[in-house]
Amino acid sequence: MLMNSKPLSNNESIHFSEEQSMLLDSAREFCKKRSSIAAVRILLESEAGYNPDVWRELVNLGWMGIAIPEQFGGSGLTIGSAVPIAECMGKTLLSTPFISSTIAAQAIIRGGSDQQKRAYLPAIAGGNIITTALLENEDWGDSNVTVNAIADGDELILQGIKNQVQDAAVADFFIVSATVTGDKKLIIVPASTLNPKAINKQQLIDETKRCALVNFCDARVPASNVLPGDYDTLLRDIQLIAAMLLAAEATGSTAACLDLIVEYIKTRKQFGKIIGSYQALKHPTVDILCDMDSAKSFVYHAASIIDDGRLDDDAEIACRMAKAQASQALLFAGDRAVQFHGGMGFTYECDAQLYIRRAQWAQQVFGDASHHRKRLAGLLLG
Amino acid sequence: MAASANELQEFRLEVSAWLDENNPKDPGFLLPQTFMEVGTDQQLEFLREWQYKLWNAGFLGVHWPTQYGGRSLDPAFQSIADKEMHKHQTPITFNVIGLGWAGPLILDIGSKEEKAKYLKGILSGEDIWCQGFSEPDHGSDLGNAQVKATRDGDDYVINGSKIWTTMGNYAKYMILLARTNPQAERKYDGLSFFLSPMKAEGIETRPIKKLTGEYGFTETFFTDARINVDCRVGEEGEGWKIAMQTLQYERGAAAGAAGGLMVVRIALDDAINAIKDLKRDGKPLLHDPLVRDQLVKLAMEEKAITLGARRAAIQALNSDYPMSLPLSYKLRVSEHNRRMRQFVISLQGAHGALYVGDQNAIEGGFWQRAYFNSFSSTIGGGTSQIQANIIGEHVLGLPKS
Repeated sequence: MLMNSKPLSNNESIHFSEEQSMLLDSAREFCKKRSSIAAVRILLESEAGYNPDVWRELVNLGWMGIAIPEQFGGSGLTIGSAVPIAECMGKTLLSTPFISSTIAAQAIIRGGSDQQKRAYLPAIAGGNIITTALLENEDWGDSNVTVNAIADGDELILQGIKNQVQDAAVADFFIVSATVTGDKKLIIVPASTLNPKAINKQQLIDETKRCALVNFCDARVPASNVLPGDYDTLLRDIQLIAAMLLAAEATGSTAACLDLIVEYIKTRKQFGKIIGSYQALKHPTVDILCDMDSAKSFVYHAASIIDDGRLDDDAEIACRMAKAQASQALLFAGDRAVQFHGGMGFTYECDAQLYIRRAQWAQQVFGDASHHRKRLAGLLLG
Repeated sequence: MAASANELQEFRLEVSAWLDENNPKDPGFLLPQTFMEVGTDQQLEFLREWQYKLWNAGFLGVHWPTQYGGRSLDPAFQSIADKEMHKHQTPITFNVIGLGWAGPLILDIGSKEEKAKYLKGILSGEDIWCQGFSEPDHGSDLGNAQVKATRDGDDYVINGSKIWTTMGNYAKYMILLARTNPQAERKYDGLSFFLSPMKAEGIETRPIKKLTGEYGFTETFFTDARINVDCRVGEEGEGWKIAMQTLQYERGAAAGAAGGLMVVRIALDDAINAIKDLKRDGKPLLHDPLVRDQLVKLAMEEKAITLGARRAAIQALNSDYPMSLPLSYKLRVSEHNRRMRQFVISLQGAHGALYVGDQNAIEGGFWQRAYFNSFSSTIGGGTSQIQANIIGEHVLGLPKS
């Protein structure tokens, strides 16, 4: 006889349409076929970090336009529809600019003028890469913005550097947070306006991912590139959506890491016994499964309740719980994957390294677990 | 016949209005939160009266046939009544083994005579039922039950002992799993299933004093106790199958159970209510960042359980490990409850050290007792450690420990 508990937040929706189900199937199929571990390893040392053919294919499948309104060349689904894709990508460690570009596109969809939407959204749906440049130091909770945009006639001239800009080297456009005469704004900055040496690659712990320090010094854009939407609302909403998508990706990676562990401890023998029969390994592996299941529930809950409007409290709670849970789940899975592989786990050759590295990266992007829990405390406890 | 939305809505209002009127006031003593905690005659009489009233009003077992005490309505009506009981925070419907296990089993496979004999008493609360599955030497290993039922003419002679018999000292009947064929090749094939009387020569119960200091279970001893052959359900050797079938009913009205409120729900917002006026370092406890973080973690656990139950119903979102959510439910819920209740005690400061019976104990020691009682779920029905083995083996395909 078990307690049937009631959550502090009463929204318990999870919907999954036939359409999303088909999308999940095709994403799963695609990612499995195009991102074997061998393919992932080949890309580790590559400059771009992704296979342009794969990118072209997924653009042709319409995935970049999935949450872009139909009148701007997309399919007009909600952003939740990108969740199964992100999860499948995480599961196969398929890295492309899909997630960065999908997040940045949301800034234009939610905060752009009609003219900006017409100018950029069809291009993004067609495979132009756009990414957000928001972070300036190590602190995802810092709301200060030191990048400045100074008015010069009808133009703005930018000053300042952004940290860990995802997929910066291949981006066609950036969504940059900057201060314009004292007010914080999001500005669309084409890569073509940057100085030749503006993009400096950073060495990420996760070698499947790419990012750079971007120096926006002297970048000159029309004043009409400022997104007219309210900065605080817009920034909050895209950060929450990013948290959801990264949580989806991390949840997929946790599932893959779990599979790796299970496969190994099911076959590896020590002292005459299959090591997966030992409870010291079996029980933590079950913990990983349960942690992953919780993350998945949060992620699809968030995907079910975010619509095109401003994210409400329920949606905020869902996104933050998803990111907090998924970050922790993957951290634990990656850590145990190395340990449970014994000596092999300590080698670069063992795939456990891919997941423990992904875990350290994934936990911090768009805020780690404690960042989100701190904000959840305010939402749930006042 | 399926019910229309209008009929259901009307029924909801009827139940709700009745509960507004009849939901009992605080009796002045701690009531059991689960049927495993009925420790005193005072508690029993209170709950018995409540269940009778509820049934008499037509809100219990409404989907059971009219001739057996029900109203022959669609199960959806009972689900609505159950939800209203939750909402009104009524006391539990205590005759759980009867309502949730024995009753639906008899409805499913019982004879006309058995139905006529047993069902109405289960609903009215007149006939209390208990369950004789667990035995002292093999807690979680049900298939290994050793209590013997030896055929002798028109009787079976029962010998051995059962343990953790909930309300064994109050029960009139027991669903009993006993070994009719010790020679069977598979241990499961030697078992048979009985609806046994409890008031018979050779059957004795000894109350077990729990960790909480209260009663609620008995050990039940059978010494050459004779029960009639008619008490057997199914054929000899079908006991395991029927026991497994019995365990399926507790999922609610749709599965056949009579409904009612099986447990008093304790959610995290109850915990927060309990501690919101307390202080830490002279400041409100709920402003302490460490406390807040811990509460958020618990809130996430709680929400993940609720959402997991929702997600379990969507096939496409369970393709990797389809049995994962259903098989981990008990583990997650019981462990969460244990952790949460313990945490509330920790938050009570010096009051956390007080217990039921002390005037200053917060909510009469409710949380202390609730924490201790939470082990009934982390241990009963297969310990958390056994659950983790089951998940590891059946969901992940790991070899047996």
